[in-house]
Amino acid sequence: MSKHPMQFVPSADFKERARGALDDDKLRKSFRGAMDFLQAKRRNQFSDEEERESLRDLGSAIRKYALANLPDLLEQLERKLTANGIQVHWAETAAEANAIVLDIMQRNAARRMIKGKSMASEEIELNHYLGEHGMECVESDMGEYIVQLAGEKPSHIVMPAIHKNKADVAKLFEEHIPDTPYTEDVDELIQTGRRALRQRFMEADVGLSGVNFAVAETGTLWLIENEGNGRLSTTVPPVHVAIMGMEKVVAKLDHVVPLVSLLTRSATGQAVTTYFNLISSPRRPGELDGPREVHLVLLDNGRSQAYADEQLRSTLQCIRCGACMNHCPVYGRIGGHAYGTTYPGPIGKILSPHLLGLDEAGDLPFASTLCGACSEVCPVRIPIPDLLIRLRNEAKRNPNETVATPLRGQGAKHSAAERVVWQFWSGAFKSPKAWAALRWGATRLRAFTPGAQAGWTQHRTPLKPAPRSLHDLLKDKGQPE
Amino acid sequence: MNARTNMLNKLRAAAPRGASTMPDVAAYYAGRPAATLAERTERLAAELTASHADVRVVSRAGWAVDVARALEEKGVRRLLLQSGAEGQLLAGALPAGTQAAEFSRPLEDWKAELFEDVDAGFTVADCAIAATGTLVHLCGPHMPRTLSLVPPLHLVLVDAARIYATLFDAAAGENWPARMPSNLVMISGPSKTADIQQTLAYGAHGPARLMVFILRAEGEAA
Ligand code: SF4
Repeated sequence: MSKHPMQFVPSADFKERARGALDDDKLRKSFRGAMDFLQAKRRNQFSDEEERESLRDLGSAIRKYALANLPDLLEQLERKLTANGIQVHWAETAAEANAIVLDIMQRNAARRMIKGKSMASEEIELNHYLGEHGMECVESDMGEYIVQLAGEKPSHIVMPAIHKNKADVAKLFEEHIPDTPYTEDVDELIQTGRRALRQRFMEADVGLSGVNFAVAETGTLWLIENEGNGRLSTTVPPVHVAIMGMEKVVAKLDHVVPLVSLLTRSATGQAVTTYFNLISSPRRPGELDGPREVHLVLLDNGRSQAYADEQLRSTLQCIRCGACMNHCPVYGRIGGHAYGTTYPGPIGKILSPHLLGLDEAGDLPFASTLCGACSEVCPVRIPIPDLLIRLRNEAKRNPNETVATPLRGQGAKHSAAERVVWQFWSGAFKSPKAWAALRWGATRLRAFTPGAQAGWTQHRTPLKPAPRSLHDLLKDKGQPE
Repeated sequence: MNARTNMLNKLRAAAPRGASTMPDVAAYYAGRPAATLAERTERLAAELTASHADVRVVSRAGWAVDVARALEEKGVRRLLLQSGAEGQLLAGALPAGTQAAEFSRPLEDWKAELFEDVDAGFTVADCAIAATGTLVHLCGPHMPRTLSLVPPLHLVLVDAARIYATLFDAAAGENWPARMPSNLVMISGPSKTADIQQTLAYGAHGPARLMVFILRAEGEAA
């Protein structure tokens, strides 16, 4: 299966990849079609504006409450899960999380893993790591399976193969799955995928899944899906390993009720998904199926950095619905791969700086028009544009400056020259005399403004001071200084 | 354990001080007009039908005959039953071509057989949710998790008297927090996916077909 190495693309070449994506007609069509489809479906689900807004208020309050009590809730969750027979592991870094999963596999003499959808496992690049240690990992979500066959990574957090069309999938299946003739009939393609994966479910030693919500009160892992691969992965193999970002815990079982409604409606425009799979324990005595061992890996991997800052903490309210990317004018044009990060789109721009550092995240916090479409649709009201501005400021900050809650990679975009320009401006603005002198100079020397102005003139006409300043025009009209 | 201490310490150091009030989910869902039993039944059937399930409302006296007829229609040769009274009743009413057996062996003893030879699984839902067309299964000794998952056709019997209006009502009415089974599964249609070019296809990894038999409540007209 893993003949093709997975691609690991640094987020550094964002602009180049974005350029490439913009020039790719087929890709643009795939994304435009998908975005229009998902936007319309979400709109249909939220036809009652009042209901939508009050539900968003509630969802946001629930997530805020959970974050305010995060350490206590994590301890409660651990207590409950342990009492239920589920083993809890804590991982500060991606490397620790990977090692924990490998260790579980080795202790069970396991070699084959079947995977339900898990973005956290993408984030820590688990497949790659386990592959290096001789393990075989097969993705079973249809979208993830397609992406894995192609040797790529997901381009959307909810619909991983959103960048591929029928013909792409037909070619992939013909090439990789024995005895598969080329067909663009989607039903047939899905049946082919089903048949190919059936055997894998039966043979797998370990099933791996993500988690949508973890309930501290009951020690329950709440998983959401349509295909049934999540249920198979968490039911058929003798061992189940779940992995989740540590922020995904909520206090009460009934807190999930509004969240799950917000999630499915915002994500795919469904009132409900086909399966809600609530796992509270491994197979109990007298039961005939279900895994004998269940493990949960709680992952930090930079989340505690966002948590430490009062404003940036709201990043962790996210329930991973993907609505922000579905409505983002940037994502909709360049697609998910251009970002080069596990989480693309608006949520990726505010989360990746914590997972990777502001230096690694590079241009991402800047790759936004700040139009606000993301925060308008976000079911838990994360103020994404405000967070982007904040991250921009932190990236521009002097790396040596001491702040209360420093971010990894602070000052990655710091430039001494830019700093001087801004100091000059603020100085000029503060002193009426300096400002008057500047006005005088600018209006008279306007003929000397250069025609090529760095990045600005690439797509725009050059900036040139007006012959008379607004200040002067108002003075002419009798406005006192 | 070191990671655990570090993670918790970092969070504790940063956690906001002062109490935050617990959101009142019950208050949010309170005060909506209650739906009658007939309305709930109708809604459940409509939502399930919209999700591509085949729904039939059946009588208490004759449901097994209706299920048997459906089995014949679908050409089911091997049927797997949930152990219990309903399964036994159905076993007594089967068409000639259908062989039935209870799910009674641990999965690992017959995994390949279950995956390859069983045509259909029959379960009795614990309760249902009208608003989303959802069938609730409490998995345990008498309700194996794979029974409603692996066979390509899933037949479910549900009592109309057990239909709740919403997920919130079901969770509260059944007091789930106090009695979570090892696996609680909510099913709202046959398995599906739209992962290839947003085109909906059924039978992704779970059952491709879902047949739901709603037991008409006592005293209700036909
Ligand atoms: S930031 Fe909001 S809209 Fe985006 S994925 Fe998270 S919850 Fe959904």
